[in-house]
Amino acid sequence: MIRSDILKDIAPVISDQLVICNIGLPSQELHMIDDQPSTFYMLGTMGLSSSIGLGLALAQDKKVIAIDGDGSVLTNFGTLPTIANNVADNFILLIVDNGSYGSTGDQPTYAGKKTSLTKVAIACGCENVVECSAEETKAELEKALAGNQMTIIVSKCESGNIPVPVITLDPVVIRHRFMETVSA
Amino acid sequence: MSVNEKIVSDLVANDVQFVTTVPCKQLAGVIDAIDASSTIQHVPSNKEDEGMGLCAGAFMGGKRSAIIMQNTAIGVTINTLATLTQFYRLPLPMLISYRGELGEPVACQVEMAVHTKALLAQLNVPTYHFHKEDDVEEFDKILKYTFMCNKPVAILTDASFWKGY
Repeated sequence: MIRSDILKDIAPVISDQLVICNIGLPSQELHMIDDQPSTFYMLGTMGLSSSIGLGLALAQDKKVIAIDGDGSVLTNFGTLPTIANNVADNFILLIVDNGSYGSTGDQPTYAGKKTSLTKVAIACGCENVVECSAEETKAELEKALAGNQMTIIVSKCESGNIPVPVITLDPVVIRHRFMETVSA
Repeated sequence: MSVNEKIVSDLVANDVQFVTTVPCKQLAGVIDAIDASSTIQHVPSNKEDEGMGLCAGAFMGGKRSAIIMQNTAIGVTINTLATLTQFYRLPLPMLISYRGELGEPVACQVEMAVHTKALLAQLNVPTYHFHKEDDVEEFDKILKYTFMCNKPVAILTDASFWKGY
């Protein structure tokens, strides 16, 4: 399974949840598969999905799922200690770890080599870190949503992309409809 | 009321409930005052662009947010300011220590000080410069202005303002 297969698989599970979706192909794929006003699509700013998600989770009570990638977590490595030390039990970080920079041409990341993001997250102090296969991701996400504990899911999948159109929604529209869902 | 108490009291009066910080010697007092506030949630960040991500999330979650940082970090936050804070029209007061100004003992700080205002001007970030202690009187108005216009707004605070450090 590649990232878009995981997104298709989990779309029914996350459609009524607050989702922060990573820049580039992950946002474009999720937007094409199942556009929801409850999804905040990142049109820029690589690396900050987990930070935006944590800020959102700390500020209000609804569950928040931040969909991130291995390359983006590597770019913003400082996020893992911040997450570990500011526990928000309504926060789920889903790292789709395909070992490559998918949006830029599948160049390999260090997470696909010797670096284990699962072990890094644990070393940073994150207490509930689950590594799973692409096929297990939906079930792990359902489990995390049913529980009441901050969870980091590292979903190991294959590298690869599908053709998708860019998102032409205006950022202010994305932000406005997202905030209306948050406060509803 | 001390400068630090005035800053925190203005943040609270303007309903800022979420503050992220990356420390600077000049900012130690105000960070302590943030920590002592019972109404402000303080989440220290490891890097200023990460902090701006936290602030974006907190704001969308219904909490007005602010960042406290050093001017050297303008260099690492330009992409985030342009593609997140400005692109999505998010308000963000940035209380910034203006290192490398008069009274600065560390030569290297001057190297970013000479670029600070030019970079902020290039980004069209409204920028205020606190040089004398009384300048803090404008802080309340600057916060109201920030949340009126939904922009990142910089408040540069130099060593003369902080009476050295």
